Amino acid sequence: MPVPTSITGTYLTPLTVYIDAGRLRFFAKAIGQTDPVYTDLEAARAAGHPQLPVPPTFLFGLELEGPDGFSWLTELGVDLGQLLHGEQTFSYRSMAHAGDTLVLQPRIVDVYTKKAGALEFIRKHTAVTRTDGSPVAELVNVLVLRHPGVNG
Amino acid sequence: MTAQADMAVGTELQPLVLPPISRTTLALFAGASGDHNPIHVDVDFARAAGMDDVFAHGMLSMAYLGRLLTNFAPQERIRSCHVRFAAITPVHASLTCTGRVSAVNNSLVTVELVTSLPDGTVTLIGEAVVATS
Repeated sequence: MPVPTSITGTYLTPLTVYIDAGRLRFFAKAIGQTDPVYTDLEAARAAGHPQLPVPPTFLFGLELEGPDGFSWLTELGVDLGQLLHGEQTFSYRSMAHAGDTLVLQPRIVDVYTKKAGALEFIRKHTAVTRTDGSPVAELVNVLVLRHPGVNG
Repeated sequence: MTAQADMAVGTELQPLVLPPISRTTLALFAGASGDHNPIHVDVDFARAAGMDDVFAHGMLSMAYLGRLLTNFAPQERIRSCHVRFAAITPVHASLTCTGRVSAVNNSLVTVELVTSLPDGTVTLIGEAVVATS
Protein backbone atom coordinates (compact mmCIF):
# COMPACT_ATOMS: atom_id res chain seq x y z
CA MET A 1 0.00 0.00 0.00
CA PRO A 2 1.57 3.29 -1.01
CA VAL A 3 2.25 5.94 1.60
CA PRO A 4 0.08 8.99 0.86
CA THR A 5 2.00 11.99 -0.47
CA SER A 6 -0.21 14.07 1.83
CA ILE A 7 2.10 13.27 4.73
CA THR A 8 4.62 15.68 3.18
CA GLY A 9 5.17 18.53 5.63
CA THR A 10 4.06 16.49 8.64
CA TYR A 11 6.03 17.05 11.83
CA LEU A 12 6.49 13.84 13.80
CA THR A 13 6.45 13.94 17.60
CA PRO A 14 9.58 15.70 18.88
CA LEU A 15 11.79 13.66 21.13
CA THR A 16 13.95 14.76 24.08
CA VAL A 17 16.85 12.40 24.78
CA TYR A 18 19.44 12.37 27.55
CA ILE A 19 22.81 11.17 26.23
CA ASP A 20 24.07 8.51 28.59
CA ALA A 21 27.80 7.67 28.72
CA GLY A 22 27.06 3.96 29.17
CA ARG A 23 24.96 3.99 26.01
CA LEU A 24 27.84 5.61 24.09
CA ARG A 25 30.20 2.87 25.33
CA PHE A 26 27.68 0.23 24.24
CA PHE A 27 27.52 1.83 20.78
CA ALA A 28 31.34 1.89 20.63
CA LYS A 29 31.44 -1.82 21.48
CA ALA A 30 28.81 -2.66 18.84
CA ILE A 31 30.79 -0.93 16.07
CA GLY A 32 34.17 -2.28 17.21
CA GLN A 33 35.46 1.20 18.05
CA THR A 34 39.02 0.95 19.41
CA ASP A 35 39.77 4.69 19.77
CA PRO A 36 39.67 5.32 23.54
CA VAL A 37 38.35 8.86 22.98
CA TYR A 38 34.92 7.22 22.58
CA THR A 39 35.03 4.98 25.66
CA ASP A 40 37.53 6.40 28.17
CA LEU A 41 36.73 9.72 29.83
CA GLU A 42 40.42 10.54 30.42
CA ALA A 43 41.24 9.98 26.76
CA ALA A 44 38.22 12.07 25.77
CA ARG A 45 39.33 14.93 28.05
CA ALA A 46 42.90 14.70 26.74
CA ALA A 47 41.39 15.21 23.25
CA GLY A 48 39.60 18.33 24.45
CA HIS A 49 36.14 16.93 25.15
CA PRO A 50 34.34 17.73 28.42
CA GLN A 51 32.72 14.24 28.40
CA LEU A 52 32.61 11.26 26.02
CA PRO A 53 31.78 12.58 22.54
CA VAL A 54 28.68 11.47 20.65
CA PRO A 55 30.15 9.69 17.59
CA PRO A 56 29.29 10.85 14.06
CA THR A 57 26.32 8.59 13.28
CA PHE A 58 24.91 7.91 16.76
CA LEU A 59 22.13 10.51 16.51
CA PHE A 60 20.35 8.50 13.81
CA GLY A 61 18.97 5.73 15.98
CA LEU A 62 17.67 7.86 18.86
CA GLU A 63 14.62 8.79 16.84
CA LEU A 64 13.65 5.14 16.36
CA GLU A 65 13.28 4.73 20.10
CA GLY A 66 10.91 7.66 20.39
CA PRO A 67 7.15 7.55 20.60
CA ASP A 68 6.88 7.48 16.82
CA GLY A 69 9.80 5.08 16.26
CA PHE A 70 8.73 2.95 13.35
CA SER A 71 5.08 3.27 14.38
CA TRP A 72 4.44 6.30 12.17
CA LEU A 73 5.30 3.96 9.28
CA THR A 74 3.43 0.87 10.46
CA GLU A 75 0.35 3.00 11.15
CA LEU A 76 0.49 4.02 7.47
CA GLY A 77 0.46 0.33 6.57
CA VAL A 78 4.18 0.05 5.82
CA ASP A 79 5.60 -3.48 6.07
CA LEU A 80 9.00 -3.12 7.78
CA GLY A 81 10.16 -6.18 5.82
CA GLN A 82 9.92 -4.10 2.63
CA LEU A 83 11.67 -1.03 4.02
CA LEU A 84 15.22 -0.11 2.98
CA HIS A 85 17.49 2.77 3.89
CA GLY A 86 18.22 4.77 0.75
CA GLU A 87 20.38 7.68 1.84
CA GLN A 88 21.55 9.34 5.03
CA THR A 89 23.15 12.72 5.62
CA PHE A 90 24.47 14.40 8.76
CA SER A 91 25.35 18.09 8.83
CA TYR A 92 27.13 18.99 12.03
CA ARG A 93 26.81 22.35 13.83
CA SER A 94 28.47 21.50 17.16
CA MET A 95 29.73 18.48 19.07
CA ALA A 96 27.39 16.73 21.48
CA HIS A 97 28.63 14.85 24.54
CA ALA A 98 27.48 12.47 27.24
CA GLY A 99 25.34 14.37 29.73
CA ASP A 100 23.74 16.55 27.06
CA THR A 101 19.99 16.56 26.63
CA LEU A 102 19.07 16.78 22.96
CA VAL A 103 15.82 17.56 21.21
CA LEU A 104 15.07 15.83 17.90
CA GLN A 105 12.37 17.24 15.63
CA PRO A 106 11.62 15.07 12.59
CA ARG A 107 9.61 16.29 9.62
CA ILE A 108 8.54 14.52 6.41
CA VAL A 109 9.70 16.73 3.53
CA ASP A 110 8.96 14.63 0.44
CA VAL A 111 7.23 11.45 -0.74
CA TYR A 112 7.74 10.26 -4.33
CA THR A 113 7.77 7.09 -6.41
CA LYS A 114 10.08 5.59 -9.04
CA LYS A 115 9.80 2.59 -11.37
CA ALA A 116 6.07 3.14 -11.94
CA GLY A 117 5.34 2.92 -8.24
CA ALA A 118 7.40 -0.21 -7.47
CA LEU A 119 9.67 1.91 -5.26
CA GLU A 120 8.47 4.68 -2.99
CA PHE A 121 10.80 7.20 -1.34
CA ILE A 122 10.17 9.07 1.90
CA ARG A 123 12.52 11.94 2.72
CA LYS A 124 12.66 13.07 6.35
CA HIS A 125 14.62 15.92 7.92
CA THR A 126 15.46 15.92 11.61
CA ALA A 127 16.75 18.98 13.44
CA VAL A 128 18.82 18.17 16.53
CA THR A 129 19.30 20.93 19.08
CA ARG A 130 20.08 21.30 22.77
CA THR A 131 17.26 22.23 25.11
CA ASP A 132 18.38 25.88 24.84
CA GLY A 133 17.81 25.69 21.07
CA SER A 134 21.49 25.75 20.07
CA PRO A 135 22.02 23.59 16.96
CA VAL A 136 23.84 20.26 17.08
CA ALA A 137 23.09 18.64 13.73
CA GLU A 138 20.65 18.22 10.90
CA LEU A 139 19.87 14.75 9.57
CA VAL A 140 18.38 13.83 6.23
CA ASN A 141 16.97 10.32 5.97
CA VAL A 142 15.68 8.78 2.73
CA LEU A 143 13.67 5.60 3.23
CA VAL A 144 12.85 3.30 0.32
CA LEU A 145 9.69 1.23 0.44
CA ARG A 146 9.46 -1.71 -1.93
CA HIS A 147 6.04 -2.51 -3.37
CA PRO A 148 6.71 -6.02 -4.72
CA GLY A 149 3.25 -6.35 -6.26
CA VAL A 150 3.94 -3.44 -8.61
CA ASN A 151 5.92 -4.27 -11.73
CA GLY A 152 8.35 -1.39 -12.15
CA MET B 1 44.95 28.67 5.06
CA THR B 2 46.46 25.77 3.18
CA ALA B 3 45.58 22.14 3.55
CA GLN B 4 47.95 19.91 5.42
CA ALA B 5 50.06 17.54 3.33
CA ASP B 6 47.96 14.56 4.40
CA MET B 7 44.86 16.32 3.15
CA ALA B 8 45.99 16.90 -0.45
CA VAL B 9 43.82 15.78 -3.35
CA GLY B 10 44.37 12.10 -3.99
CA THR B 11 45.35 11.24 -0.42
CA GLU B 12 44.03 7.80 0.49
CA LEU B 13 42.78 7.38 4.05
CA GLN B 14 44.10 4.40 5.98
CA PRO B 15 41.52 1.71 4.99
CA LEU B 16 39.41 0.20 7.73
CA VAL B 17 39.21 -3.57 7.26
CA LEU B 18 36.42 -5.05 9.37
CA PRO B 19 35.97 -8.60 10.66
CA PRO B 20 32.98 -10.59 9.37
CA ILE B 21 29.66 -9.20 10.64
CA SER B 22 28.26 -11.81 13.03
CA ARG B 23 24.68 -12.17 14.21
CA THR B 24 25.94 -11.05 17.61
CA THR B 25 27.22 -7.83 16.06
CA LEU B 26 23.79 -7.23 14.50
CA ALA B 27 22.06 -7.87 17.84
CA LEU B 28 24.43 -5.53 19.68
CA PHE B 29 24.05 -2.85 17.02
CA ALA B 30 20.25 -3.11 17.13
CA GLY B 31 20.32 -2.45 20.87
CA ALA B 32 23.08 0.14 20.88
CA SER B 33 21.82 2.13 17.89
CA GLY B 34 18.10 1.98 18.64
CA ASP B 35 17.23 0.46 15.24
CA HIS B 36 15.14 -2.55 16.26
CA ASN B 37 13.81 -3.40 12.80
CA PRO B 38 13.52 -7.23 13.01
CA ILE B 39 14.75 -7.62 9.42
CA HIS B 40 18.30 -7.33 10.85
CA VAL B 41 18.05 -9.76 13.77
CA ASP B 42 15.15 -12.17 13.23
CA VAL B 43 15.69 -14.74 10.49
CA ASP B 44 12.03 -15.82 10.64
CA PHE B 45 10.95 -12.25 9.95
CA ALA B 46 13.54 -11.87 7.17
CA ARG B 47 12.37 -15.07 5.43
CA ALA B 48 8.73 -14.03 5.69
CA ALA B 49 9.79 -10.80 3.96
CA GLY B 50 11.27 -12.80 1.09
CA MET B 51 14.93 -12.60 2.09
CA ASP B 52 17.23 -15.61 2.47
CA ASP B 53 18.57 -14.34 5.78
CA VAL B 54 18.95 -11.23 7.90
CA PHE B 55 21.20 -8.47 6.59
CA ALA B 56 23.23 -5.75 8.27
CA HIS B 57 21.84 -2.37 9.22
CA GLY B 58 22.99 0.20 6.67
CA MET B 59 23.81 2.44 9.61
CA LEU B 60 26.31 -0.13 10.93
CA SER B 61 28.30 0.40 7.74
CA MET B 62 27.91 4.17 8.06
CA ALA B 63 29.16 3.91 11.65
CA TYR B 64 32.24 2.11 10.29
CA LEU B 65 32.72 5.01 7.86
CA GLY B 66 32.48 7.28 10.92
CA ARG B 67 35.39 5.35 12.42
CA LEU B 68 37.35 5.74 9.16
CA LEU B 69 36.76 9.51 9.31
CA THR B 70 37.61 10.00 12.99
CA ASN B 71 40.80 8.00 12.45
CA PHE B 72 41.62 10.58 9.75
CA ALA B 73 40.67 13.78 11.58
CA PRO B 74 39.30 14.75 15.01
CA GLN B 75 35.53 14.52 14.93
CA GLU B 76 34.96 18.21 15.62
CA ARG B 77 36.42 18.93 12.17
CA ILE B 78 33.82 16.82 10.35
CA ARG B 79 31.28 19.21 8.88
CA SER B 80 29.02 16.78 7.06
CA CYS B 81 28.73 13.20 5.90
CA HIS B 82 26.40 11.77 3.28
CA VAL B 83 25.97 8.23 2.01
CA ARG B 84 23.78 6.38 -0.44
CA PHE B 85 23.10 2.75 0.40
CA ALA B 86 23.84 0.95 -2.87
CA ALA B 87 23.59 -2.73 -1.95
CA ILE B 88 22.56 -4.88 1.00
CA THR B 89 25.35 -6.13 3.30
CA PRO B 90 24.70 -9.80 4.10
CA VAL B 91 25.32 -11.26 7.55
CA HIS B 92 28.89 -12.69 7.74
CA ALA B 93 30.15 -10.16 5.15
CA SER B 94 33.61 -8.65 5.68
CA LEU B 95 33.48 -4.97 4.80
CA THR B 96 36.32 -2.68 3.88
CA CYS B 97 35.95 1.09 4.26
CA THR B 98 38.05 3.35 2.07
CA GLY B 99 38.31 7.08 1.61
CA ARG B 100 40.10 9.41 -0.75
CA VAL B 101 40.49 13.18 -0.68
CA SER B 102 38.77 14.35 -3.85
CA ALA B 103 38.80 18.14 -3.43
CA VAL B 104 40.44 20.82 -1.32
CA ASN B 105 38.73 24.18 -1.14
CA ASN B 106 40.27 26.73 1.21
CA SER B 107 39.97 25.18 4.65
CA LEU B 108 37.64 22.33 3.68
CA VAL B 109 38.48 18.97 2.13
CA THR B 110 36.00 16.60 0.52
CA VAL B 111 36.57 12.90 1.14
CA GLU B 112 34.96 10.27 -1.11
CA LEU B 113 33.81 7.31 0.95
CA VAL B 114 33.12 3.71 -0.06
CA THR B 115 32.30 0.50 1.77
CA SER B 116 32.69 -2.68 -0.23
CA LEU B 117 32.42 -6.45 -0.01
CA PRO B 118 35.37 -8.76 -0.76
CA ASP B 119 33.99 -9.41 -4.29
CA GLY B 120 34.16 -5.67 -4.99
CA THR B 121 30.45 -4.94 -4.59
CA VAL B 122 30.04 -1.37 -3.39
CA THR B 123 27.53 -1.27 -0.53
CA LEU B 124 27.76 2.39 0.49
CA ILE B 125 29.04 5.35 -1.46
CA GLY B 126 29.24 8.88 -0.17
CA GLU B 127 31.33 11.83 0.83
CA ALA B 128 32.28 13.84 3.87
CA VAL B 129 33.43 17.42 4.26
CA VAL B 130 36.21 17.90 6.81
CA ALA B 131 37.88 21.10 7.98
CA THR B 132 41.67 21.12 7.72
CA SER B 133 42.06 22.64 11.16
